[in-house]
Amino acid sequence: MIIFDRVSKRYPNGREALTNVTFEVHTGEMVFLTGRSGAGKSTVLKLIALLERPTRGTVVVGGKNTSTMKARHVPAFRRHIGVVFQDHKLLADRPVFDNVALPLVVAGAPFRDVDKRVRAALDQVGLLGKERMLPMELSVGEQQRVGIARAVVSKPPLLIADEPTGNLDPDLALEIMRLFRRFQDVGVTVVVATHDVHIVREFGQRELVIENGQVHGNVSDSLPSVIAVR
Amino acid sequence: MGRHIQALLGSLGRLARNPFSTALTVLVIALALALPTALRLLVLNAQAATGDFSGAIELSVYLKTDVPLAKAQQLERNVRERADVGHVELIPADKAMEEFRTYSGFGAALEALKDNPLPHVLHVQPRVDAQTATAVESLRHYFTAWPEVDLVQVDTEWVMRFNAIIDVLRHLLAIAAVLLGAGVLAVIGNTIRLEILNRRAEIEVTKLVGGSNSFVRRPFLYTGVLYGLSGALLAWVIVEAAVVVLGGPISTLAELYGSRFALQGPPADDVGVLLATGIVLGWMGAWISAARHLRRIEPRA
Repeated sequence: MIIFDRVSKRYPNGREALTNVTFEVHTGEMVFLTGRSGAGKSTVLKLIALLERPTRGTVVVGGKNTSTMKARHVPAFRRHIGVVFQDHKLLADRPVFDNVALPLVVAGAPFRDVDKRVRAALDQVGLLGKERMLPMELSVGEQQRVGIARAVVSKPPLLIADEPTGNLDPDLALEIMRLFRRFQDVGVTVVVATHDVHIVREFGQRELVIENGQVHGNVSDSLPSVIAVR
Repeated sequence: MGRHIQALLGSLGRLARNPFSTALTVLVIALALALPTALRLLVLNAQAATGDFSGAIELSVYLKTDVPLAKAQQLERNVRERADVGHVELIPADKAMEEFRTYSGFGAALEALKDNPLPHVLHVQPRVDAQTATAVESLRHYFTAWPEVDLVQVDTEWVMRFNAIIDVLRHLLAIAAVLLGAGVLAVIGNTIRLEILNRRAEIEVTKLVGGSNSFVRRPFLYTGVLYGLSGALLAWVIVEAAVVVLGGPISTLAELYGSRFALQGPPADDVGVLLATGIVLGWMGAWISAARHLRRIEPRA
């Protein structure tokens, strides 16, 4: 599903975020990206979602080489990836329903489908019945779950999350992670960046450790395995 | 289709949510569109008012006194065959003398003259489409060149001057239309720019979940079109109101000059052009602004 082949990323300010990174994530896997803040976790996710392009090397997502993709094909490419952010990036002036419906509206789904699928997505994250509320009226955990509902509403084969539990207390964080694993259970490839070591241990999924722009850990094993953090 | 209706309704809703700033923008656009429309109406009405003069441009061709009547009649026939001549009438010297005697009051004095001193005269009216200054001037040259002609007089030069003034107005109208049209483009472009900046977060998220450029641009194009159309409609109302206010005094003025002229509102064609202009300018202004500013907004994670 995801292949990084000798990928380097240098930002315009000269900072090299990733250096010669190679790893692979297989379809249907759930992988944790760990490492300190600023180690390059976010850069990996940005390269996957084509928010950035690699300076050197090749990134292949869902069989598509993102380095050579034309700008006009990027929107269609992004529709196949669900993205969850730490700050959830919800539209504050729109009710929950509109926020979750956005990916479907953007893709031009028929109105009847939109209603059905938004309710299904909200049901999956346990927020059915809160469609008309504004994000501000919800708790932080609920807001994060709205963000997850938005990421999965168009049933993308790949779900990526950047510190989705960063603002949550441990119980809520665990709950959110269980939610991600449920999506993996139905065949979605899931990549979660987190610095929460306890959660990673608890879930026992494959872990890619990013340190100083390098990736360590089990970089190409398709079988879920626990890699101890040194 | 559904997506277009959705974008249109969304744009309408956003405009309705900020009634004050929307009204101000629409008013500025309306004033900019109303001015050339009013100028155009002025030209139209001036032309209608001078429509009464269309028979008033006339050349008096005085033949030399030694030209015999038969020759004068032959010349009259020649003139009648010209394409740019609408009407020609020969006033023979005898008839002119008779009229002069009757109407001038010099009857007794004229009895003293042995010969008729008056020449034969051709009254020539150019056709309506040949009543421009250049056409009349070329006719005058044509007649002056005849050996039989003594003098050519264009009686109604003031009508020509009037027509020249209208011509100036028409050029002024073209300039005003171009400048104010550019103004409308700028106003709409700037309004759309501010709206794009205000909705930056929304645009970022929309692009993030796979919204194409055309999807992101669409509501702004509709907003621009709605601004342009509303401005044009308001401009129409302003011009019609001005016509109502001015109608009475202008009728009175016309009556004092012995005319039954009444001020006309804009014809349906002009209203159509006004509304279409509003829509096109709105769309263009929004498109230019959206093309410039939307490209710069890329999602950041």
